[in-house]
Amino acid sequence: MIPATDYNQEMAFFVDMQRCIGCHACEMACAECETNGQESMIHVNYVNRAESVQTTVQVCMHCEDPACANVCPADAIHKDDFGVVHSANTSRCIGCSNCVLACPFGVPKKVEEAELMMKCNMCYDRTSAGKKPMCATVCPSQALFYGTREEIERMRPDSVPVNSFKFGKQEVDTKVSIMMPKGTHQLIVE
Amino acid sequence: MAKLPVAADQLIKKYGPHKAYAPQSGFYGAHEPDRLVKTHCCYCGMQCGIQLKVKDNKVTGFEPWMEFPFNEGRLCPKGVQRYLQNNHPDRLLNPIQRAEGKGFEPVSWEHAMSKTVSEIRRIQEKYGNDAFAMLSGVSITNEKSYMVGKFARVALKTANLDYNGRLCMVSAGGGNKKAFGLDRSSNSWADLAHAEVIIVAGANISETFPTLTHYIWQARDNGAKLIVVDPRVIPLARTADLHLPVRPGGDSALFGAMLKILVDNDWLDHDFINSHTSGFEETIAAVKDYDLDWAEEQTGIPGEKIREAATLWGKAKTSFLLHARGIEHHTKGVENVLSCINLVLATGRIGKPYCGYGTITGQGNGQGGREHGHKCDQLPGNRDITNPEHREYIAGVWGIDEKEMPGKGLTAYEQIEAIHRGEIKGLISICFNPLVSLPNNNFVREALEKLEFYMCIDSFLSETARHADIVMAGSLHEEEEGTVTTAEGRVVKINEAVTPPAGARRDGEILMELADRLGAGDKFSYTCSEDIFNELRVASRGGTADYYGITYKKIVDNMGVFWPCPSLDHPGTPRLWEDRKFRTPDGKAHFNPVPYRPASEVTDKEYPVVLTTGRVVSQYLSGTSTRRIGKLVDQYPEPLLEIHPKLAFQYGIKERDLVRVKTRRGEAEFPAQVVETIREDTVFIPYHWGGKHAANQLTIGNLDPVSKIPEFKVCACKLIPTGSKAPDVMTETAYQSGL
Repeated sequence: MIPATDYNQEMAFFVDMQRCIGCHACEMACAECETNGQESMIHVNYVNRAESVQTTVQVCMHCEDPACANVCPADAIHKDDFGVVHSANTSRCIGCSNCVLACPFGVPKKVEEAELMMKCNMCYDRTSAGKKPMCATVCPSQALFYGTREEIERMRPDSVPVNSFKFGKQEVDTKVSIMMPKGTHQLIVE
Repeated sequence: MAKLPVAADQLIKKYGPHKAYAPQSGFYGAHEPDRLVKTHCCYCGMQCGIQLKVKDNKVTGFEPWMEFPFNEGRLCPKGVQRYLQNNHPDRLLNPIQRAEGKGFEPVSWEHAMSKTVSEIRRIQEKYGNDAFAMLSGVSITNEKSYMVGKFARVALKTANLDYNGRLCMVSAGGGNKKAFGLDRSSNSWADLAHAEVIIVAGANISETFPTLTHYIWQARDNGAKLIVVDPRVIPLARTADLHLPVRPGGDSALFGAMLKILVDNDWLDHDFINSHTSGFEETIAAVKDYDLDWAEEQTGIPGEKIREAATLWGKAKTSFLLHARGIEHHTKGVENVLSCINLVLATGRIGKPYCGYGTITGQGNGQGGREHGHKCDQLPGNRDITNPEHREYIAGVWGIDEKEMPGKGLTAYEQIEAIHRGEIKGLISICFNPLVSLPNNNFVREALEKLEFYMCIDSFLSETARHADIVMAGSLHEEEEGTVTTAEGRVVKINEAVTPPAGARRDGEILMELADRLGAGDKFSYTCSEDIFNELRVASRGGTADYYGITYKKIVDNMGVFWPCPSLDHPGTPRLWEDRKFRTPDGKAHFNPVPYRPASEVTDKEYPVVLTTGRVVSQYLSGTSTRRIGKLVDQYPEPLLEIHPKLAFQYGIKERDLVRVKTRRGEAEFPAQVVETIREDTVFIPYHWGGKHAANQLTIGNLDPVSKIPEFKVCACKLIPTGSKAPDVMTETAYQSGL
């Protein structure tokens, strides 16, 4: 049963690495989200600062079949009816790091001080109230965008959202899309 | 005045900067605020809309303001963290006075005021009125800018008033006035998103105006070609269609060569040139000998790339040209700006949809602050202080005799030189930290040490304020009501979120009491900021920067009004020059010949490397506020020397090696950051820090002859590897700017 909420299932999250200017506004805004306790659940890094100013931004991809939840021995990680994969339930998480090892995107982090896994839950306190996630709201270059697929396809005619990934033999479909050059259907990581 | 009353580290221990990661009272109530206050970010010229969360008269966080049309909730890291300047432990909560050997001690407001006034009187009676000077900043509101201008001329009666826009966009202002007769970017950013080709020259938009990036990307989604002119591969340049890595100082050669290509290929708008401009023939005559080989030699950019840029620009139907400090911080800053404007005028792409030109102001109120009369040569409405009619009009508004109004005074850096020479003996500053932000800052420090009396109004004890006799505890942005004018010329409303903490006062009230004690109280009898704004409206009426038709209500109702707005029924002017009536004496836009000349200091055997400076995304100007906000400090805690691997190899410099950088002004050590994203002949150091971490120990105080802007962006240096590695965490004290 779907709980009463203002969560809009037509809205989706899109990441466009090309636009990222590495400013870290997303990290700082993420930490302001009510549930995060001043910890950022999104991470910005240089790919190779010696050669380029290219940065990447890593947010939870909210997999359709989340490996992190599948490997959790304590059943602490829950995917809800909207496809949001939530951060570990604090009363269940045993801090074993299975999720950290299993995630093909390298997203969950174990917060050592708290012996707890923490990761992005798509700003659930905001999105369930009809607002946008903090990171996508503030992102000054809109490398992070929260809206409908139709909106982004109209706004960005040269690129296409891709939410299918192949890591070796493992195929992963996600709720979050990466913006790729037109004609791309799957992102393959060998 | 003398050297610091105690060692800098003792002052830092007491007054900071200290890093704050949370409000002093914790995050209690952050998610259940008493109210949300719609206002604007206190930092750069974008002036992004933001809502501040307020609980128990303290700012506890922010909520995006989605409806504000420019940024629709988007913010940079500084905007996100700005709320932490409020209720900061370093905040000055009472006036303090220098105590030799002890530092500073609290004094009463009565004492601070009476001491300041008696020193002003003593110095002016002994040395003359102009021996007491005033320096102001443009992170302050329009109302305060206006009041500072009036205070200096009417209460302090000095000609020597200037502002820190002198370190910012005055070259653009000088160029704009020469070419158009009016000093404002020509368009709102809305036009930018639809331009066919965009040139971004010397503007690290991605780090200094991050929220503008979205408009650039919108344009690119619409098919725009992007040309970035910068010695570094700034984040925006990473994916640009064309990156032109200009050698610092070579900008006007590049734009001159592009103009020559436009002429050679007849990519010109002859109708526009013939009907609405003057000076075209002289201007193209100045570039007639520019060929690509010459241009390549002067700029360091491959000639073919220059041709490609000119072709993109020349063939486009619509275009936008943006620049910032990268081309303005030069002894030929005005010439650089004019050489850009020549490209715009030659193609006639101004005053019509999707076509524009402009400077991007670096300071919060860099635009409004250059209109209301706290420049040494200017009266409100961007009027000229040497023009008898202008003087007469403003004297009338102020209720004084025109003969009592001082004339043109010295610019900011010239004031420092005059202090050094012993001609200026006393100084008041507000919202200005010249010891970090002016070039050649060892010279600046020597000057400060020569002052007989220095009073500073600030919220924190900045590097410069440490040298004051009296520091008056002023107000923060969120503690005042007023207006600011964004880089696109939109006048927006700043709303008071909290009142100043007990013991501190609003800057405006401090100035009003000083004016009263100086005998000019009847000229400063405002009861609220709207009173000041209404006087400003009248003072600006008929000037080029005409705000008369703008009211507080109109701003709120429309989420900003673009000036000029000459009457109450006028909607404002987002796009200038649609009527083709330029504000020059002949009503035409002026081409200006720009014969190329080199920078004031070029490399030689002794100093073989070019040094240039700039900003990083997590810091704002001299860092008075941002070097106190923990996460912003941690993001980029210390100034790094960006150096290309080839140059680094020549000197045996590796990543994090400590390198002594020496110029004819001074020397300092910086950890190396070896990156391919900079020219091979140029090194870059960000300038936000003071003391031994100051890039501005090295830069040069040579000035543009028109704008009097210093040449921050190019000087010659030598690199001396120290043989030691910078510690991994040089960060714990780097942000504090000790001596």
